[in-house]
Amino acid sequence: MSEQTLKRVDLIFGEYSNEKYKVLATSLERTNEDILTDLLESGLRGRGGAGFPTAMKWKYAAEAPGDEKFVVCNADEGEPGTFKDREILYRVPRKVFSGMAICGRVIGAAKGYIYLRGEYKFMVPELKKELESYHEHIKELGLDFTIEIKMGSGAYICGEESALFESMEGGRGEPRNKPPYPTTSGFMKKPTVINNVETFVNVVMIMRLGPDQYKKLGTSDSRGSKVFSVSGDTPIPGIYELELGMPLDRFVDEFGDGDTKAVQVGGASGFCVPRKKFNDTVIGFEGVPTGGSMMIFNSSRSMYNVLHNYLEFFEEESCGQCTPCRVGCQQLLKGIVAVKKGEKKAVYLDQLMKLSESMKITAKCGLGQSVANSFSSIVNNFKEEMIY
Amino acid sequence: MVPTESNYINELVEIHGRSRTSLMPILQGVVALKNYISDQDMTEIANELDLSAAQVYGTATFYSFLDTIPRGEYVIRVCKTITCDMHGKRTIIQTMEDMLKIKVGETTPNKKFTLLETNCLGWCHEGPAMLINDTPYSGLTVEKVHDIISEYMNK
Amino acid sequence: MTKKINLTIDGIHVGVDEGATILEAASSLNIHIPSLCYHEDLCVAGNCRVCVVEQENSKNLPASCATPVAEGMVILTNSMKVRMARKHIVELLLSEHNADCTKCYKNGLCELQGLASQMLTGDHLFLDLVPDKKYTIDMFNTAIIKDDSRCIRCQRCVRTCEELQSVSALGVAHKGNKMKISTFFEHSLFEVVCTNCGQCVNRCPTGALIERNYIDQVWDAIYDPGKHVVVQTAPAVRVALGESLGMATGRIVTGKMVAALRRLGFDSVLDTDFTADLTIIEEGHELLTRLKKALVDKDPTVSLPMFTSCSPGWIKFIEHTFPDYLPNLSTCKSPQQMFGALAKTYYAQKRKLDPKNVVSVSIMPCTAKKFEANRPEMRSSGYKDVDFVLTTRELGIMIKQVGLDFEALPEEKFDSFMGSSTGAGVIFGSTGGVMEAALRTAYEIVTGREVPFEGLNILPVRGTEGEVREATIKIEKVKPEWGFLEGVELKCAVANGLAHAKTIMQNVRDGKANYHFIEVMACPGGCLGGGGQPIPTNKEIRTKRKAAIYQEDMGMPIRKSHENPEIVEIYKEFLEHPLGHKSHELLHTSYTPRKRY
Repeated sequence: MSEQTLKRVDLIFGEYSNEKYKVLATSLERTNEDILTDLLESGLRGRGGAGFPTAMKWKYAAEAPGDEKFVVCNADEGEPGTFKDREILYRVPRKVFSGMAICGRVIGAAKGYIYLRGEYKFMVPELKKELESYHEHIKELGLDFTIEIKMGSGAYICGEESALFESMEGGRGEPRNKPPYPTTSGFMKKPTVINNVETFVNVVMIMRLGPDQYKKLGTSDSRGSKVFSVSGDTPIPGIYELELGMPLDRFVDEFGDGDTKAVQVGGASGFCVPRKKFNDTVIGFEGVPTGGSMMIFNSSRSMYNVLHNYLEFFEEESCGQCTPCRVGCQQLLKGIVAVKKGEKKAVYLDQLMKLSESMKITAKCGLGQSVANSFSSIVNNFKEEMIY
Repeated sequence: MVPTESNYINELVEIHGRSRTSLMPILQGVVALKNYISDQDMTEIANELDLSAAQVYGTATFYSFLDTIPRGEYVIRVCKTITCDMHGKRTIIQTMEDMLKIKVGETTPNKKFTLLETNCLGWCHEGPAMLINDTPYSGLTVEKVHDIISEYMNK
Repeated sequence: MTKKINLTIDGIHVGVDEGATILEAASSLNIHIPSLCYHEDLCVAGNCRVCVVEQENSKNLPASCATPVAEGMVILTNSMKVRMARKHIVELLLSEHNADCTKCYKNGLCELQGLASQMLTGDHLFLDLVPDKKYTIDMFNTAIIKDDSRCIRCQRCVRTCEELQSVSALGVAHKGNKMKISTFFEHSLFEVVCTNCGQCVNRCPTGALIERNYIDQVWDAIYDPGKHVVVQTAPAVRVALGESLGMATGRIVTGKMVAALRRLGFDSVLDTDFTADLTIIEEGHELLTRLKKALVDKDPTVSLPMFTSCSPGWIKFIEHTFPDYLPNLSTCKSPQQMFGALAKTYYAQKRKLDPKNVVSVSIMPCTAKKFEANRPEMRSSGYKDVDFVLTTRELGIMIKQVGLDFEALPEEKFDSFMGSSTGAGVIFGSTGGVMEAALRTAYEIVTGREVPFEGLNILPVRGTEGEVREATIKIEKVKPEWGFLEGVELKCAVANGLAHAKTIMQNVRDGKANYHFIEVMACPGGCLGGGGQPIPTNKEIRTKRKAAIYQEDMGMPIRKSHENPEIVEIYKEFLEHPLGHKSHELLHTSYTPRKRY
């Protein structure tokens, strides 16, 4: 059915130059307008999952009034099933730093931060070494843009951008009300661009290839390639860079173990796609979006256990401030257990579906809003497993 | 500069500063040294940063790696997310519970090990995975866990 | 000029100032959107989500309290989607909440209960989570009880404690399903930096934070024929009690309150304003003595600026946060405690009563007074000087219990003695009032003339909410015995709300301010905005209560403390002279440094 096929690409991890920081140097010779035009032209959308057009984000921050601005790299990769940011930071840190520096120049920021999840603390010595060399280069290039690492300490919600700022400011990672958005009021309430690790690398690749070349990858809604973290029931788990807009059935052919029952696209906050929908599901912003997590389940797995695991995760990792998320997650978890045990009739699942819909439209941030994704897609597609 | 045993709060404050943004690095620094943040440490930090102790407590208890109860010298955190679970997390935990003679959530009487579960560590392609303090171990099998824990026991 | 934003709410076009929220815009159309975490005095949290509304072309429902209006916005406050979502949210809150309403002190006054009743939440959509929660109740404190099982985690208390009071004894701890409102390490409020100001109690929408009530103990005393029960009433109570009993805000109900207290069965209905006047005499002399020591004797040990000591929340704040400055506090007890000490000595003697049979009750706008009365040092009569402290709210409950038609009661007068007072005593209930009362007296002692302000109204020291008020009074043409004060510019400052008190203290500590005398009241607006006052209390209500207090002052025949005939009499008969031996024994106290956590 899908015309698109699965294409492996080598954009993110490929060595782009023998000379360190070459793309950064050439980019800095261009005007900010030129850079923004290229970004806009490339169609690049954020790689963290939400998919906001990167050029617009940068433009808003550049235009926002403020004497001090910041660039933040979101490396709080906590979505279950995702590990691509670790791999990117480990293998091509210079591309990340370069992307941040270009952003700093465009928006007028002199300070960049990498917010690294506490689980990746072991990477810090290597990253610091790389940063030393970056700072030497950037001095030579004549740009005032330093980068510092800030550590998380084990809180999934801090991947939410405003929660991340709260955490960097020494507080509890509780998401803020929006508006205002980070581009006008981010870290320290100053205009801030916050992008995912992979987004910054894409920027560098666009700078190197030019938007026309870059645009050839992917579909009109989902430009470029994407780094996927593949795990679960697959003979070849790992990190793969694939073109966006691929059909899920091709993906399953490639990565499944021949007995794939469902794929969870986008982690615990993403969608569960059952076998019968593989052939009309496209991975990308036009179909099922993902920050890169692809968890494959074969027919030996209980989807009830999968959902139970996700809900335990959300119940624990919700920041707890807003009612729908804090109490809703507890109710969904307790509810499926009650149905499974027969303490509640199967129709109670309908009640829970309505609740998850309310959570989706009333929760304060993306966490509470996205619990319904996995909940409704698993319950709808595997109802029998929830009951018997 | 590495903070010393006796005067570590002051030294951490000197390194990181007294603004609210310094709170996380200071708390992380205490955990790196002591494996947990005591009530006394928290009041001291609060006074240094002109915060209330309840605010410091609020921040610390938000983060699962900022323990506020005493932990062992080696804190083992086993990933409990679905893919690690599918690949034998329970056996791994059982193995360590048997070796250390403690249950999940407990600390050995000699204060050497604490065994905990944690959310996704980002090693889903190589599950089951765990952290011992900051060091990740993935692709765990019963044999591998035996070797790793034995090595730590002899440390 | 502020830009106007045009939008449509429930089909009605409205133009509001840029920056206004949807909630405010709706309110300007008299559309009341239900809310829980929202409070006029506090920053917007947007966490309860009860106030969600539907916005055209938006798939999510924004929280109206946290969303600014935008040009052309089309809002529905009561669509099918909104009703369903809102009901879900209230049901979720109820599933986490100990909804045993008949056992709750806030029964009938609870905002969650109000919403539940509006939404007909009888069908319990969701599972009961309460049995899984190991909720605890902190009952150790003498002033405030914290019951986690009633908490809906709206964080009004946390924001109050932080923003208005800069105390942050209450914070948010843990996350997810374990998230809760907590003190440091979940210690009792009794042990931590809590000042007992009760501002959180006043803002808690449910029964999670309440005053410890002493209503039954007071009834027991009243019914005990062997006891003589005296009651004193603080100045701020008489301008707020009516609100508890269905009357309009800002009504002065002094006479009705006296009548009600008599009908409740108190043996003697007296006035804290009397000891407010007494405080002025003692504190005024204390200030003048300190100034003399500093200016004439050049005594380096004298502590200036001197701080007022009437507000027990402020006292506990300084004990925890600025213990180095305890010597700067006036040693005068608060009017409540002066009254208590005299009730079981002077009053008992005059009425020929055995002090052990005297029960002294006070009606206060304050929860911190409950803690104060229980301080071990407050037993200088040989007994507990004040046995029971009731808030304005508790008195309201007692009046309702006996079925009095409050509004129809006649206006009656306080008993005598210790029942007469002046306008100076009345204004103790408002921020700036103690300062003004003190200046009216001190200036006259020193110069022999009235303060040089029209109608005795020292407007420059009348505190304003949300700021630190400063004033300088030049002292000229003094009496010979006060010659050292000739030409001195007395520098005063007034703060209300502990956040502003903290600012003043930091300025004093950093040498940025050079005051002689500082008045601090712990609560926003002073006692009239006290934690024991009727709920709700907000800026608009405080403004009305304040106007009533100054109106009461203007209506008093005597407006200077030193002219109160009963004050003149008590010095003649009993105390002899200000700062004398008896005063020290009964009217002055000392303070204790406390830990800061």
